[in-house]
Amino acid sequence: MNWTKHDLIDLQSLSKEEIELILETAKSLREVSTRDIKKVPALRGKTVAMLFFEPSTRTRTSFELAAKRLSADTLNISPGGSSFSKGESILDTAKNIQAMNVDMIVVRHSSAGTPKILADALEPAIINAGDGCREHPTQALLDMFTIKEKLGKIEGMKVGIVGDILHSRVARSNIWGLTKLGARVTLCGPSTLMPMDIKKTGVQITYDVEDVVRDSDVIMLLRLQNERMTEKFLPSVREFAKKFGINKDRLKRAKKDVIIMHPGPTNRGVEISGDVADGEQSVILEQVTNGIAIRMAVLYLLLGAKDRERKPTTKQKGTKHVLTT
Amino acid sequence: MSLLLKSAIIVNADKISDKPQDIFIENGKISKIGTSLQAHGARVMDVKKNLVFPGLIDMHCHLREPGREDKETIETGSRSAAKGGFTTICCMPNTTPVIDHGMIVEGMIKEAKRVGLVNVFPMGAITRGQKGEELVDMFELKEAGCVALSDDGKSVYNAQLMRLAMAYAQMVGILLIEHCEDPPLSSHGVMNESYSSTVLGLKPQAGVAETVIVSRDIELANYLKARVHMAHMSLKRSVELIRFAKSQGIQVTAEACPHHFTLTEEDVQSFDTNTKVNPPLRSREDVEAIKEGLRDGTIDCISTDHAPHTHEEKELEFDRAPFGMIGFETAVGLTLNELVDKKVLTLLQMAEKMSAAPARILGLKTKGAVNESFDADLTIIDPDKEWTLKKEEIASKSKNSPFIGRKFKGKVEMTICGGKISYES
Amino acid sequence: MTNPASKIMDQDIVRRALMRIAHEILENGSGIEELCLIGIRTRGAVLAERLKGCILQIEKKTVPVGILDITLYRDDLSTISTKPILHETLIDFDITGKDIVLVDDVLYTGRTIRSALDALVDFGRPSKIQLAVLIDRGHRELPIRADYVGKNIPTSVHQNVQVRLKETDGVDDEVVIEDRAGPS
Repeated sequence: MNWTKHDLIDLQSLSKEEIELILETAKSLREVSTRDIKKVPALRGKTVAMLFFEPSTRTRTSFELAAKRLSADTLNISPGGSSFSKGESILDTAKNIQAMNVDMIVVRHSSAGTPKILADALEPAIINAGDGCREHPTQALLDMFTIKEKLGKIEGMKVGIVGDILHSRVARSNIWGLTKLGARVTLCGPSTLMPMDIKKTGVQITYDVEDVVRDSDVIMLLRLQNERMTEKFLPSVREFAKKFGINKDRLKRAKKDVIIMHPGPTNRGVEISGDVADGEQSVILEQVTNGIAIRMAVLYLLLGAKDRERKPTTKQKGTKHVLTT
Repeated sequence: MSLLLKSAIIVNADKISDKPQDIFIENGKISKIGTSLQAHGARVMDVKKNLVFPGLIDMHCHLREPGREDKETIETGSRSAAKGGFTTICCMPNTTPVIDHGMIVEGMIKEAKRVGLVNVFPMGAITRGQKGEELVDMFELKEAGCVALSDDGKSVYNAQLMRLAMAYAQMVGILLIEHCEDPPLSSHGVMNESYSSTVLGLKPQAGVAETVIVSRDIELANYLKARVHMAHMSLKRSVELIRFAKSQGIQVTAEACPHHFTLTEEDVQSFDTNTKVNPPLRSREDVEAIKEGLRDGTIDCISTDHAPHTHEEKELEFDRAPFGMIGFETAVGLTLNELVDKKVLTLLQMAEKMSAAPARILGLKTKGAVNESFDADLTIIDPDKEWTLKKEEIASKSKNSPFIGRKFKGKVEMTICGGKISYES
Repeated sequence: MTNPASKIMDQDIVRRALMRIAHEILENGSGIEELCLIGIRTRGAVLAERLKGCILQIEKKTVPVGILDITLYRDDLSTISTKPILHETLIDFDITGKDIVLVDDVLYTGRTIRSALDALVDFGRPSKIQLAVLIDRGHRELPIRADYVGKNIPTSVHQNVQVRLKETDGVDDEVVIEDRAGPS
């Protein structure tokens, strides 16, 4: 099949075949990073702008390296050092970037829906690097890629996602992606951090982490998103770590070939103990390596062809977006 | 050590013996109920056709230890409770320090075992220090032995925090008990807002301070499909709200205290600080509604809110005295005289309200009934014995009761807890 | 009116051509020690495997074979409208100092080979790179030539040279010239 989408906003709107195409493409691109000369000329002359309104080291550098290894030029814009802090709206900032003939904008923002608004208004291809609590598509794609590499397939695999589900965009993207590809997803976390009606997405819920430990082929751990918690959802980190944390002792009751995943950064001693994070069941570092291959695949598929499928942008239809953050 | 009680009229919530029964107790359990049982070396006691209730359970009391051992201790409180016929008491966590940590719970249970008179189940706080800001480690408190959690003394004022508490407690599997009082609305009032408060010139507490929290928690329980227990209901309107909630299948339970079905705001006229309670004594209409609520099942159980205070503290001016009265030793008498004798409740319903219902609400599966294999917790009552409450005979360390000098008909003759006699008159 | 397709090679001719190319590779050059074959996806890779088999038959020695996907090095990536599907490149030996023979099915404009040379340079520094093709159909657009050719076939730009191999197409080997429908 061929890739026809102009932007990558979320996994909720992708089909199973589109997701599989990205995973296949990533597989072929992975070896580029193992060469002595880690570069191919595929996106030579393309410009990719990183517009990160939330702090990020690993996602931003991952996208940068992916772009550079495909020979594209990169541009970094973060709100602190830009005119944004002088009161410019996000749409104005983006339009200014567009005026410099940039081919793609990779955007991360604390407000859900921002990438979609940019995609509707602008010409460059938009990749969502995380919007609020809504989605983080490339993270879930690299998670699925890692599962497929380690376990051979995704269909029928039992995946347990443990932690602060309520505030996690990684959890949501993984839920969409994994269920589309036929995995069986179980969410586990304190009841106060479980979103309303999440079962309607086709997942199971348990409040007992032992259930997840016992049955899962993959255990995916999430960090407590303290920066998104305006209220005290939990009594204490102490009780959370005791009741939901994954440590060597708990893993004694896990399947022999279980893999432990984490999008990072890890809080050792909270959701995951140090020895598990560094242990042989952990694939956390492989996730990072695969992240570059996935992002290269996404850049490759979205950029390049001259006449990409265009949807009518709202600016063409004459509506105005006044966006302030 | 075994015990054989002969000639007992057993009053369970579902059945009263039509003829006298014998009860054989062994290893802390009721091992056999029947007629003409053999002693087999057990100590034999003739109950003389007195009523034998399943051990009474008080879901709401204050033992003041740790911190205010001058008012009451676990030991003196246990003695008072046993004298009042209680075999299980659940004490509130508003002590110093607040019961918000597993180790405090364990310490109290240990002390209660040492005293060995009644079962003491400490209740933990809902928020750390009862400050209303963060939740306690509920798993830890449950594992340490708490049967329920409450911020009693006040409500959890922040509605979002109460929502989170209910959702978390539901996951943990522990009951939350709400003291329903909206602080700005109650505005430190010392008696019910009414014609009486106007005439007496005392700072009034609006009834709506109770009902808004009752409504709020009913809504939260409905939204989350969680459960909540309302402490010391005192108003007709509260009863109506709970009745409606139950008809909708919302998981709410409620309790009422003897003083709220016995005394009214008019009893405050004497300025006796022993009539200063929170929630305050209400109108005659409210008292009748509480009784009706008990009769029709809207109010599930009776608890005492036993609240000891020292003589010095209660001897202050009405505005400055602390709220509360002791209640262990008058609960049975008041229930018999105000409810059973006045045909509001039957004896079976009294067993329900004072034993079976609290056992069910707290999940105490081997208590609340006089049945074989249940715990040998029994309360033996002589329904005809007349007596007067005398200050010097009160077993509690504190004597703050407005019923001193009152005549009662019906007295606790013996209390047996875990097969051991913890009180004998 | 279009001409019917004409078959110019069948499986026997293909077999003999490959065997001859194998002999030529072995005669020509500095020996078998540093020899490596790298086939260009997809059919070039198949032919490289076959050449390895021929060399094994002749010299009783195994020569390393790699597979190269040149998609990322195409010079028309930004102008084509549909993205070509990317396949893995698999070269698991060091090419520095080696005598590489690139293998492809058809040599036409020479752009594929230019991409392949660009790719190889990113993998290391071979001692020598030569080119073996099954068919040379002329019409070079770049200064590229093959060292070993199975068959030279003069064609017009309005024609299509179709190579079909058992491993990739499921039929007996054949090389067919078809008329292109419409302008090329």
